[in-house]
Parts: sequence; structure tokens; C-alpha cells
Amino acid sequence: MAVLIYTENTSGKFKKSTFEAVSYARAIADQSGTTLTAISIGEVPVEELALLGKYGADKILQVANAQLKNFINQAYASVIAEAAQKENADIVVLSNSFSGRGLAPRIAVKLEAGLADGAIALPEISSGQFKVKKAAFSGKAFATVELTSAKKVISLSPNAFQVIEKQAEGKIEEFSPAIKQTDFRAMVKEVIKSTDKVSLPDAEIVVSGGRGLKGPENWGMLEELAGLLGAATACSKPVSDAGWRSHSEHVGQTGIAVSPNLYIAVGISGAIQHLAGVSSSKVIVVINKDPEAPFFKVADYGIVGDAFEVVPKLIAAVKEYKASA
Amino acid sequence: MKILVCISNVPDTTTKITFTDNNTQFNTNGVQFILNPYDEIALARAIELTEGGKGTVTVINVGEVSTEATIRKALAIGADDAVRINAKPHDAWFVAKQIANYVNQNPFDLVLTGRESIDYNGSKVAAMLGELLDIPSVSIIKKLDIDGDSAIVEREIEGGKEILNITLPFVAGAAEGVAEAKIPNMRGIMSARTKPLTVVEPVAVITNVEYSHFENPAARGQVKLVSPDESAKLIQMLHTEARVI
Ligand SMILES: Cc1cc2nc3c(=O)[nH]c(=O)nc-3n(C[C@H](O)[C@H](O)[C@H](O)COP(=O)(O)OP(=O)(O)OC[C@H]3O[C@@H](n4cnc5c(N)ncnc54)[C@H](O)[C@@H]3O)c2cc1C
Ligand SMILES: Nc1ncnc2c1ncn2[C@@H]1O[C@H](COP(=O)(O)O)[C@@H](O)[C@H]1O
Repeated sequence: MAVLIYTENTSGKFKKSTFEAVSYARAIADQSGTTLTAISIGEVPVEELALLGKYGADKILQVANAQLKNFINQAYASVIAEAAQKENADIVVLSNSFSGRGLAPRIAVKLEAGLADGAIALPEISSGQFKVKKAAFSGKAFATVELTSAKKVISLSPNAFQVIEKQAEGKIEEFSPAIKQTDFRAMVKEVIKSTDKVSLPDAEIVVSGGRGLKGPENWGMLEELAGLLGAATACSKPVSDAGWRSHSEHVGQTGIAVSPNLYIAVGISGAIQHLAGVSSSKVIVVINKDPEAPFFKVADYGIVGDAFEVVPKLIAAVKEYKASA
Repeated sequence: MKILVCISNVPDTTTKITFTDNNTQFNTNGVQFILNPYDEIALARAIELTEGGKGTVTVINVGEVSTEATIRKALAIGADDAVRINAKPHDAWFVAKQIANYVNQNPFDLVLTGRESIDYNGSKVAAMLGELLDIPSVSIIKKLDIDGDSAIVEREIEGGKEILNITLPFVAGAAEGVAEAKIPNMRGIMSARTKPLTVVEPVAVITNVEYSHFENPAARGQVKLVSPDESAKLIQMLHTEARVI
């Protein structure tokens, strides 16, 4: 018995959401009094791998096969499932990232395991039952699912579990999995990064704009505010439909669901489909000139006012706050 | 080229989600069901790719007889024929098993799903299907072009995108960017009634996930309003009170 955590890296570095998942997996291992093995695929420097020990990995399997340099979910799923067999792991944990979504279901099928996707809390384990709370209905509700299979796969939502330092041995071992050529019928041709930006699904702060901003030329002030706060930018659906912003920024029921610590909505009315994707944010700030805008009903803080006056004042206030901090 | 589009029947996006039977069942009372918005995008792209006699589009749904209105809508939009696997869709694993069983007997060059269903969503069906059929899968795609027996696909990644070259057949989950949803025209609506809809009985599946209960997010307290003239105060409150900056 053991817990296996797949630690996703981006260009050889682990993201915060990976450490969240390691901390979560460590807590699950502690719940059932067992060990935690991490698996890392691709080129990751030893100092970076050592960080997995700091967050509780007893053992780290490193797979440095050149064929696995790029993420191919079919091939990665084979490697992780093989590692799970080798480690005798009955629980496999990973992040519910874009890649994780392509990976977790395949691992679950290989291991004949029940899958709890987008978990937001530690499992409740009692009298032989194993239950996990997760998001459902595009953020409009939570579901608790019982995994009834012997093996289990859990993918953790970003920003749902705190990173906890818990030093463990973190012994690094090479792992050379079997490679099946038929797993490589998809090939990565090109990776296009927009490196200057904070990625929306992992962002701790999101600054989002709606139709109230009138046009794409007015996004400069939101980008400035986001830049100062280390935030990602987002938008409502009509804004991306109109081509003011890219579809990858569209949040809501039919866009990306986010759960940052702080969501600042500027000129967004708060339609039910928009709220679905943002309502699990910890703190919501709404700036809207209409006091009747439905968004105020689900906000923690609000300013009833014109975005074109309020946002520049917020920018000035953040600058002042940063200068004094 | 034969394309299969998996379609789900989901509550309309304006639905207020509530539960019954001690929060163990989704309350469908008064709920309007629609074709999952992402599946509309998958369907639209499938129709574009087969236009002009270049292939056929079949839609498949795992659902009870009540989903036939949604299936007919897909036929009205332009699918050539439809299959309904006559079972309550217990969960993603159950759905994927049923569809994989059908595809094993009736092969397709391409299987499209939506990026996720907006009810029990999780982007699971596409990758499970890929694994069950032992073919590639990409769960969230933003672009799809076919070139002979392979395809160029754009996939979303955190902070960017990735371009993949994939050999057919494979499974992909369509998201915005792949196509614009199509609205059925009068001719489509008329012909949908006579297009073939085959009902297939389900295979037995050992399930491993049970929904035990549901809850709605906790309500937030009263909003704290700050006057526009005191915008600076908001930043202070976010720092000292809410502790988020
Ligand atoms: C199937 C379906 C799926 C959908 N999915 C999504 C989704 O995923 N995400 C999403 O966002 N929407 C979605 N929608 C659309 C949704 O119903 C709303 O239409 C949309 O969210 C409204 O966007 P908005 O708030 O930017 O624009 P509006 O509703 O037009 O609101 C603009 C707001 O800006 C305010 N405003 C105007 N000028 C100013 C100013 N100078 N300063 C401050 N405030 C100002 C106005 O008071 C108003 O409240 C979906 C709709 C459907 C039918
Ligand atoms: N009952 C169903 N019948 C057919 N296809 C489905 C069904 N449920 C989900 N799908 C497909 O799987 C996709 C992803 O669903 P999910 O994994 O539930 O998020 C949907 O967009 C549909 O294309």
C-alpha cells in the first residue's frame, strides 16, 4: 500500500499547484499511515526534485527518457500506471490542470480505479468508505462521491489545498518504464507560451472585465492593475465572443472555472453563467456603476461607480500600498 | 470520413441547481434540458469537416428516452444519423464504456466530445474513451484540422498552447475556437424527424463511483460597499481585513 503523486513540471520547474498536490497526497498518506512516492517525468534538475521531499515525498521516481520530453497523455498514463503497480500504490493523486484532465481518466481506466476529479478537500475515510468532495455543475454545486474500487485516482483542484512543508526523506531513484511505441500516435509539434502572464487557472488573484469596459482599447488599465497585483486577467463571455480578448480568458460556466483567493470583477453584470465559474473564489470584489447589478448579491466588497474613474484610483492605491510595504 | 460526436443532455445554463431526497438527487423539477454547449461546437466542426460529401456525422447519446428531443436537435443541426444507448448515464466511466463498446463494433475515423459536460462535468469521457479504445485523446482542443490520415490540433495549456500532430483515429474534446455553434434551419428541423435514430441496449458495467450527496456553495455575507471616492480604502481592507493582498 502506498500513495503515488504525479508531479507535473513546466520547463523543469514545479508550479505551486504541484506542491499543493504533493501536500494533499502527503496528508492522504498520513490518513492511512502509509508512504508517499512522487513520480516526475521529463528533465527536472535535482535541486528542484529535492523540493518534493520538502513537501512530504518519501521517495521520488525520476523518469528522464528522451521520448517522454513532451507531454503525451497516452504515454504518460502508461508510465504512471506502471509506477503505481511497481510501488503497489492504491491511490494516485495529480493536479486537475489541463494536462491532468487528459491524464487522470486514462490512469483510472488502466488501474480500474474510481476517479474523483477536481477534489476540493481531503477524503473522508470511515468504516470502509472512501468519499471525496468535488466541484460539480460548473461550480454551481459540490458533489461528494464515493470511490468503491480498490484503487483510486484523485485529481486536486488548484487553490483548494494549502501547501504544507513536511520534510521527508525524498530519496531520488531512476525509473525506466517500458515504452510502447503505439502510445506516441500524437506528437507535440510546437509549444507556444505567453510567458509574461500569470496563468489563469492557477492564479491567486484574477482581475476580470466585462462588457462595461466598452472596448478592447480599455483593457490597459485592467492589465496594469493585474500586473501590480501579480494577477491573471480574465473576461466575461461576450467580451471574448466579440474578440476583445482571447477565448482562453473567458471564465464562467462555459469557460474556465477559477477559484482564486481574490476575484475582481469590473463592468460585469453577474449573470448566472458567469457566477458559476467564479463563485468558489474566496473573496469577490465587484465594481459596477449599476447598484442593482446581480453581482453585488454574491460579492464580499463592492464599489458602485464608473470603472473608468474607480480603476485608476485602485491602481494609485495599490502603488501607494506597495511603496509603503 | 466517419465522425462520431458524443452528445450529452444537460440542464439549461440558466438553471438554478437544487437537490432533493435529502440532497442526494439533482432536482430536475421544472428544469429545461439542452444539448451541452461544448457538444454543439464539436458537432458544428464535424459537420464542417464532412461537408460536400466528404463524410458522415453520427451522434451518440447515453440516455433514457427523454433525451430524444436533444438528439433530434443534433439531427436538425446537421448530423446524418443518431444512436441512443438506452440507459441512465450513471457517470463518465459508465458512459465511456457504453460508447467504447459501440465504437468497437462500428469503427469511426474520429470521435469528438465536448470539453466537458456542464452538469456532472469533469472532462473525463474523452480520455476514458481514448484509453478504452487504445487511441490518442486530447481533452480540450481549441482548433482541429484534418489532413489525410492525420490531424493538426491546438491544445490549451497553462499559460499558452500546444500544437499536436495526431494520427487518426483519435478522440478530442471540443472547446471554443474549434467552430461556431450552428443554429438549425427549417429544412434541418423537417428532415430531423425522418433521419435514422437507432436505439441500442447497454452493456453491463461495474461502476466504481457513486454520487453520495450534493450541496450548494455557502452563501456569502452582505456585501461591504466602499464609496468610489474612497477606493484606496478598498485596497486597505483587502490587505488587513480580507488578507488577500
Ligand atoms: C449557453 C450560455 C452560456 C453562457 N456562458 C457564459 C460564461 O461562461 N461566462 C460568462 O461570462 N457569460 C456566459 N454567458 C453569458 C451571460 O448570460 C451574460 O450574457 C454575460 O455574462 C454578460 O456579460 P457582461 O456582464 O460582461 O455584460 P453585461 O451583462 O452587458 O453587463 C455589463 C455590466 O457593466 C456595467 N457597466 C457598464 N458601464 C460601466 C462602467 N462605465 N463602469 C462600471 N460598470 C459598467 C453594467 O452596469 C452591467 O452590469 C452564457 C450565456 C449562455 C446563453
Ligand atoms: N450521457 C452521455 N452520452 C453521450 N456523450 C456524453 C454523455 N455524457 C458526456 N458525454 C460526452 O462527454 C463529454 C465530456 O463530458 P464529461 O466527461 O462528463 O465532462 C461531453 O461534452 C459529451 O461530449
